[in-house]
Amino acid sequence: MSYLEYTVKTTPAGIRKVLYFNWGLAILLTAVAGIGFLMLYSVAGGSFNPWAEPQMKRYALGFVAMFMIGMVPIWFWRNMSVLAYLVSVILLVAVELVGTEGKGAQRWIDLGVMRLQPSELMKVTLIMVLAAYYDWLPMSRLSRPLWVIFPVILIIVPVALVLRQPDLGTSILLIMGGGALMFLAGVHWAYFAVVIAAIGGLITAVFRSRGTDWQMLADYQYRRIDTFLDPSTDPLGAGYHITQSKIALGSGGWTGRGFMQGTQSRLNFLPEKHTDFIFTTLAEEFGFVGAVSLLALYALIIVFCISSAMTNRDRFSSLLTLGVAITFFLFFAVNMSMVMGLAPVVGVPLPLVSYGGSAMLILMLGFGLVQSAHIHRPR
Amino acid sequence: MRRPTRDSAESYRKITRRGLIVGGGMSGLVGALALRMRYLQVEQADQFRLLADENRINIRLIPPTRGRIFDRNGMTIAENVPSYRITMVREEAGDVEDVIARLSKLVTLDPEELERARRDLERLRGDTPVTIADRVSWEDISRVAVNTPALPGITPDVGLSRRYPHGEAYAHVVGYVGPVSDRDLERIDAPDALLLIPRFQIGKIGLEAKREELLRGEAGTKRVEVNAAGRVMRELERQEGTSGKDIQISLDNALQTYAHARLSEESAAAVVIDCETGDLLACASTPSYDPNLFVRGISVANYQALLENEYRPLPNKAVQGIYPPGSTFKMVVALAALEAGELDLTETVYCPGHLEVSNRRFHCWKRAGHGNVDLHRSLRESCDVFYYDMALRVGIEKISEMARKLGVGIEHDLPLTSVAAGLAPTKEWKLINRDAEWVVGDSVNASIGQGFVLASPLQLALMSARIATGREVKPRVIKSIDGVEQPSGVGPSLGINENSLREVRKAMFAVSNDRRGTAYSSRIIEDAFRMAGKTGTSQVRNISSGERASGVRRNEDLPWRQRDHALFVDYAPFDNPKVAVAVVVEHGGGGSSVAAPIARDITLQALYGGDPPLSAYPSKDRGRIQTQQEQLRQYRPGPTGDESDRA
Repeated sequence: MSYLEYTVKTTPAGIRKVLYFNWGLAILLTAVAGIGFLMLYSVAGGSFNPWAEPQMKRYALGFVAMFMIGMVPIWFWRNMSVLAYLVSVILLVAVELVGTEGKGAQRWIDLGVMRLQPSELMKVTLIMVLAAYYDWLPMSRLSRPLWVIFPVILIIVPVALVLRQPDLGTSILLIMGGGALMFLAGVHWAYFAVVIAAIGGLITAVFRSRGTDWQMLADYQYRRIDTFLDPSTDPLGAGYHITQSKIALGSGGWTGRGFMQGTQSRLNFLPEKHTDFIFTTLAEEFGFVGAVSLLALYALIIVFCISSAMTNRDRFSSLLTLGVAITFFLFFAVNMSMVMGLAPVVGVPLPLVSYGGSAMLILMLGFGLVQSAHIHRPR
Repeated sequence: MRRPTRDSAESYRKITRRGLIVGGGMSGLVGALALRMRYLQVEQADQFRLLADENRINIRLIPPTRGRIFDRNGMTIAENVPSYRITMVREEAGDVEDVIARLSKLVTLDPEELERARRDLERLRGDTPVTIADRVSWEDISRVAVNTPALPGITPDVGLSRRYPHGEAYAHVVGYVGPVSDRDLERIDAPDALLLIPRFQIGKIGLEAKREELLRGEAGTKRVEVNAAGRVMRELERQEGTSGKDIQISLDNALQTYAHARLSEESAAAVVIDCETGDLLACASTPSYDPNLFVRGISVANYQALLENEYRPLPNKAVQGIYPPGSTFKMVVALAALEAGELDLTETVYCPGHLEVSNRRFHCWKRAGHGNVDLHRSLRESCDVFYYDMALRVGIEKISEMARKLGVGIEHDLPLTSVAAGLAPTKEWKLINRDAEWVVGDSVNASIGQGFVLASPLQLALMSARIATGREVKPRVIKSIDGVEQPSGVGPSLGINENSLREVRKAMFAVSNDRRGTAYSSRIIEDAFRMAGKTGTSQVRNISSGERASGVRRNEDLPWRQRDHALFVDYAPFDNPKVAVAVVVEHGGGGSSVAAPIARDITLQALYGGDPPLSAYPSKDRGRIQTQQEQLRQYRPGPTGDESDRA
């Protein structure tokens, strides 16, 4: 299959591409990032340093990257998918060997200029390779077991590598993102039913294995699950994060305590207040109104992506766009559930708001692909 | 190859359908998140707002200032001085050893204290401040304060610490304070929250412990805003506590320090009581120790040295020490016999040097015997046989009753540690405690203050005061609390026949003023201050008959532990009693040769309110007394030395 399939003539070319750029999506992303800057400024006690300013620079870099990627035709990216996936897997293996430790887990590769987190990169490249696979796969073979096993292997390999770091949050995100893409491609629903049943069994097994020789998770992961189930058992220890973040959220009330007036974050009661738990600061300072506004912005981004995917007749483009949207959704849904005490504490940042280079850059790359798909859609 | 159009269209439909399913699922989840937000932020907002306030607002105790202690003239005996210390919080420090290494470049750290701090840093929660160095000088603390940015987790701290400017002289009466120990906390049922403050000082012994509730005061509180690490961000509200009450004790600093110095190296105790009010003017026990050592935590080596010292510096011998009173008990027996009507003032008893009682021979100290002895002579020359006879006539019950009346063998209510009751034995007591019948020999022994009879120096001084006044004088240590005068120890009349008392007093006068008296060499020449007294020498071992035959060994030849106790009680002036004194020198030898001169010097000091003129002493002693006075003046801290000490 070649790019000749695309009706090249009808796609915009040259400088006209800029007009077809999904500006609505870009504005929404920038609005969310803007909220991020505001919150980082607040948690630093009213200072652009140490977080807000680097974050703004990174967003600018990410925006430029999104623009550049968007300008490149989508068929080029489709052809690059397999290569990108392989590079990501190699990087994940490399992180095992040369990665530096951060917070008790091996996740980073130090490239000198920036620290790269291959597991983040994997979130996008896995979507790419699966979208390319289903683009290539004829519909008739879609639900044949052999052709289902292959994408499952594509998912399992990076998940296994990420679990070894160990990074439970990213593993779960990869499985859910990959699984969602398979579902979107149209794989028979019975497979999903079986997998969900199997996961139920696995969870039982994980709990049963605790304390035995074949214990399946690290002790800290068990403790996190314990405290998720009942945070009050250890209010100053492991349950501290959840309890304090719920207090921060709840004390925000309808309209919040006002910008920079959040006592919980300002007085350091909130853990990781500039990264994973930044949502609590927003909720404390701007209340229910602020929190729901952010949620609405996120939902709008998803709506933009879905509508772009729905109007795109190219299978790769549409799968890729939906995949990025789902990954993005998983990010904020898991993060918000976590800080609101609906999910266990797994290290998942709030997309575009949490401080952190890798995650933001990777998301912007993903949205760059979405833009590319949007601009170069068959007309 | 080109994909069939049908395939492409089916794929498009499928993706659209599945996309809508996933989109629906996502909107469902977004809705759930919004509902959860509503639940937390709207419905439960009040509850969480409260929790957030509790989180950031912390109530801290402000330790009250401990009440000070003054002597009867307002001299400071115990005070609070600013004390600087360096504390460390492990969580903030990060690399503890690195910080300690940097700190030790600025100030010298005591290795023992550092070791203890290291242990605490490991043991206690990471956010507890642990004292690294205590009682740091101002120079050192400012050097640390300037360098705090380079010393994470280190805080220079200022607090108040107890100081006893007179050191040893008041160790036994006032006692000392020290940091609350786990044992202290166990002892108290509902401990004051204050006691949980690390290194909060409470009274450990003596007046400091017995009047802890007066001296401690009540904690104030401050509401502070803190961050999660417990660091105070700002103070919101402050409610001052009440400081402890100042206590004025009855002791006279000049007399106390003199008495302490006069007893010097002996293992001895001296008590001076105001005859009228019962005020303890001096209460000395030697050797002593520096209470300041205990405030900061005494080193093991120092404590071991105190424990192993044969002269036992730790207990307060003046109220805790109980001794056979020896011949000083004879006034009790004489008064018991007179009151019982068993003795006539003119009656004499023949003393052949011994008395045979139920086949046992009881000796008089004078082997040749005193011949015919009446009451006056029996006290003046301390004839033993006379009192053996009295014991046979009166019986132990009446003797002990009189002893208790005069303050011996009963527990006095004093705010001091382990005030001993002594013992005025009865038949019942022996049956219960020794599981044996009282025999007549026991009474005979008791009649000269030996055997079961035991008295503390405080009780002996009280006895002397009660004989002098005929009233039930009660001891008093606390003169006033926060300026409020406490009830004095003036008691009602004892109800003893005044004639009997007068005879005993006259005999006591003769002891130290008659040429034949046992304490004649320790008399006072000054007519206005003539003293009445009684010597006592109490054995601490049995003298066997074989030993007696070969000649009793002289005290000096015996090991220290087996030597006799030397005792002396007196009051003065004779015709207008002001002070009563008791001196006990443990294993000191003879009462007249060892205890009487000390008691006389202390009595004169009390009467003159300072060093007495030499004219008060017998002329042949004056040279010796003069050098002694000079020596003691050097030994005692003068008023100027005191000032510099306080600064």
